[in-house]
Amino acid sequence: MRVFRSLASLLLSLAVTVLIGGFLAAALVRLSPGFGVDQHSLDPTRDVAALRALQAARPEQENFLAYSARHTAAMFRGDLGLSRNWNRPVAGLLRERWPVTAQLMGIGLLGGWALALVFALPGAIYPTRIWNALGAGIGGLLLCVPSAALALLIFVWAGPVRAVMALAVFPRVFQYLRNLLSHAAAQPHVMAARARGIGPWRILLWHILPVAAPQMLALAGVSVSMAFGAAVAVEVVCDFPGIGQLAWKAALARDLPLLVTLTMLVALATQMANALADALSNRAEEVRT
Amino acid sequence: MRQVRSQKSEDRSQNSARTFAWIFLALLFLAALFWDRIAGASYAHQFRDFPGAHISWRFPLGTDALGRDRLARLLAATRISLLLAPAAAVFSTALAALIGGVAGYRGGLFDRIAARAIDLMLSLPWIFLLIAVRALLPLNVSPAASLMVTFALLGVLGWAAPARVICAGVRDMRNSDFLLQARACGCHGFRLLLRQLAPNVKPVLLAQFWTSIPLFILSEANLGLLGLGVSDPLPSWGNLLRELETDLAFNPGIVACLALMLAVMGCFRLITSEETGVRRQKSE
Repeated sequence: MRVFRSLASLLLSLAVTVLIGGFLAAALVRLSPGFGVDQHSLDPTRDVAALRALQAARPEQENFLAYSARHTAAMFRGDLGLSRNWNRPVAGLLRERWPVTAQLMGIGLLGGWALALVFALPGAIYPTRIWNALGAGIGGLLLCVPSAALALLIFVWAGPVRAVMALAVFPRVFQYLRNLLSHAAAQPHVMAARARGIGPWRILLWHILPVAAPQMLALAGVSVSMAFGAAVAVEVVCDFPGIGQLAWKAALARDLPLLVTLTMLVALATQMANALADALSNRAEEVRT
Repeated sequence: MRQVRSQKSEDRSQNSARTFAWIFLALLFLAALFWDRIAGASYAHQFRDFPGAHISWRFPLGTDALGRDRLARLLAATRISLLLAPAAAVFSTALAALIGGVAGYRGGLFDRIAARAIDLMLSLPWIFLLIAVRALLPLNVSPAASLMVTFALLGVLGWAAPARVICAGVRDMRNSDFLLQARACGCHGFRLLLRQLAPNVKPVLLAQFWTSIPLFILSEANLGLLGLGVSDPLPSWGNLLRELETDLAFNPGIVACLALMLAVMGCFRLITSEETGVRRQKSE
């Protein structure tokens, strides 16, 4: 019963957050300067009746609250609306573009975590100053470069542009992962295990990772948001037709249906990733204790 | 004994690195303040006979495609970043202190509403949020207005992550002994917040302030690279880095901008590690 109650509360909280996010995005777009100006309405040869017909053809011109309510109800029926900028259904645009973003995010998450583990794990078992300094140096250097500039540099030098995703996720994950693992490695039970002569890899697998696992899972949830942020910059700079580039174009064109839907979907995806990571983290904590 | 000695030498080298970072930032700030004397030309002045000039004695970093002195533009951009990113960080930290402090201290409904608002802000990736909100503000404004809009946006949107940390810190202190004693002595309301709570939250606020500055500098650069930052002819690190698109193979002077940015960000990271270190020591 308690599990169902907490699940229902989680779903309700997710829905409320996503709906508020969508509503705020819609309100911002609606209030933005230049919204709703159709280029055809600037044509001096059109008469008043034609201008009224043009205005009536734009559903977002009606009462804002009514429009938002109707749009939300349509979303629950699976109708994500029609993009004004592309003149195509939003669902179709998302269907076409999500594989590009998913691929980039996959590369970012896998590559970034792999690099972070390569630098952080040996540091936890054999805390050598050189290896720690190398990881911290590379991570620190990458943290100082804007991801868009990194993408641009690799693009100009004809390098593997998708690798930028891993380079953007790595330093952020590494920073937290190193702290988590070094904190876990300094626990008294790990010192006792070392004193008993247990091998380093066994200590890592049985004594360090189980302690750090709950926070590592939570970090995995947060890194989804990091990867999406990096994907936006990489897609815009390198002209990859993904969701990030779509969001950028929608924002520049004040495309209300598209931007609202994207905001809600991105908020939903990141919240769900965080909720899943939290649930797994709680489970790992229960198993450990 | 050897461990203690190695820890001491590590601390010493970190302290000297931080001192170096402070000195470097101070010198750079002075150079950026007096950029017109150092560079000898305005950032907007076009040397029409020298478009795209290479590195020379006259133009130490060359000129851009419009013949503008790149050194003058870089120093002006540095002044903008070093003045406005801390200003935006002050604003966002103050906003976070207000929201997080009130929510953490009052608890209950305030805490729940603040937590929901923070969740909402943090559920959207930072760059997505910036792009969406920046694009909805006027784009065809004067360069000075675009500068103000960009940094004001960073200040207004950057409160969520610091607010969560501050809220947690204040929540921990709410029932602490020193606050109970202050309440028992008749200290209430704003006096309690200002005299008792604020001094104890100061290390957290300072750490959040120093963490926000490099974040805002990077965000401005990302926005500038995506064409949503400060508009021409006003220079910023973002729009200077856009030259990477066209000119990198021909004029390595452009890389100076990236190198300077790396150096400044590195200095801020060193200072930030000092601030978070102080906070950790105090919490211990």
